[in-house]
Amino acid sequence: MREGMRDSIPIALGYLAVSFSLGIIAANAGLTAGQGFWTSFFCMASAGEYIGFTLIAAQSAYTEVALMTLIANARYLLMSAAWSQRISSKTSVLHRLVMALDLTDELFAIAIARKGHLNPWYSYGAAVLPVLFWAGGTALGCIAGDILPRNVVSALSVALYGMFIAIIIPPAKNDKVILWLVVSSFVMSLAAKYLPLANELSNGTRIILLTIIISSAAALLHPHKTETEEEA
Amino acid sequence: MTHNVYIYMAIMIGVTYLIRMLPMTLLRKQIKNEFVTSFLYYVPYVTLSVMTFPDIVEATQSPIAGIIAFGIGILAAWKGANMFQVAIISCVVVFISEMVLI
Repeated sequence: MREGMRDSIPIALGYLAVSFSLGIIAANAGLTAGQGFWTSFFCMASAGEYIGFTLIAAQSAYTEVALMTLIANARYLLMSAAWSQRISSKTSVLHRLVMALDLTDELFAIAIARKGHLNPWYSYGAAVLPVLFWAGGTALGCIAGDILPRNVVSALSVALYGMFIAIIIPPAKNDKVILWLVVSSFVMSLAAKYLPLANELSNGTRIILLTIIISSAAALLHPHKTETEEEA
Repeated sequence: MTHNVYIYMAIMIGVTYLIRMLPMTLLRKQIKNEFVTSFLYYVPYVTLSVMTFPDIVEATQSPIAGIIAFGIGILAAWKGANMFQVAIISCVVVFISEMVLI
């Protein structure tokens, strides 16, 4: 458990910066610091929470929030599936239920980098600080977004996008298909936002449609070989 | 009609948890369909890309600062900077650009 905590310190610090900018978005959506804290505490999802808060700000339908949360977090389906292959069959269902709470990109990465079966206690140790920093950072962002000068808030608001970039660029560097996928997503996203007709779509609908269209096209044109699934 | 913020929170928390929990507890064998596995593999990259751009340009006071942060963030990640470094670099770039631009 102590090993997990030690490995997670850099992750926790990164989460603090990013969740702060998430808190600013949560405050814009009308959430209090307490509501931001608990949403982050239980969700532990950057993209998923980002889109959720954006939709709350727009007073979107509950179904749209559910659907977008599903799409934005779809990568965790894969990680959870990959993780399931690394858990000893002796690990109880209760342990699995708790471990699933904190399956994030970074905690997945450090857990999967270890050899052999995953020890639930390592995962718990690794999760403690990141969860507290993530939830605490969101709450701070909710409060401080109002107090800090406009230029500081503006600067901090890109931390979240920086994190997204850090997730998509390294795989794009190593895999040409993903590179093309990322580039065409940028271009089509820009087009969908400003071209006539398409620009009438809500943010959520735009993301859903583009995700389904581009991912399907890529899956048809370049089926991905499954043995690399562990790297997801 | 106004929506209840606690219902929003419950939906976000519930859906997020089910996505992480169900495969880990239920999945005992690999998914075989090549289209489904490929589709699931590509989804995260597309979703995150679409959410990043052009939204990053609209998040800052000056759109130009957002564009510069976007470019330098990609460059930093390409050169091997980790998540924390890319996030901080992007923030600093916006802060400095806006001092000059505004």
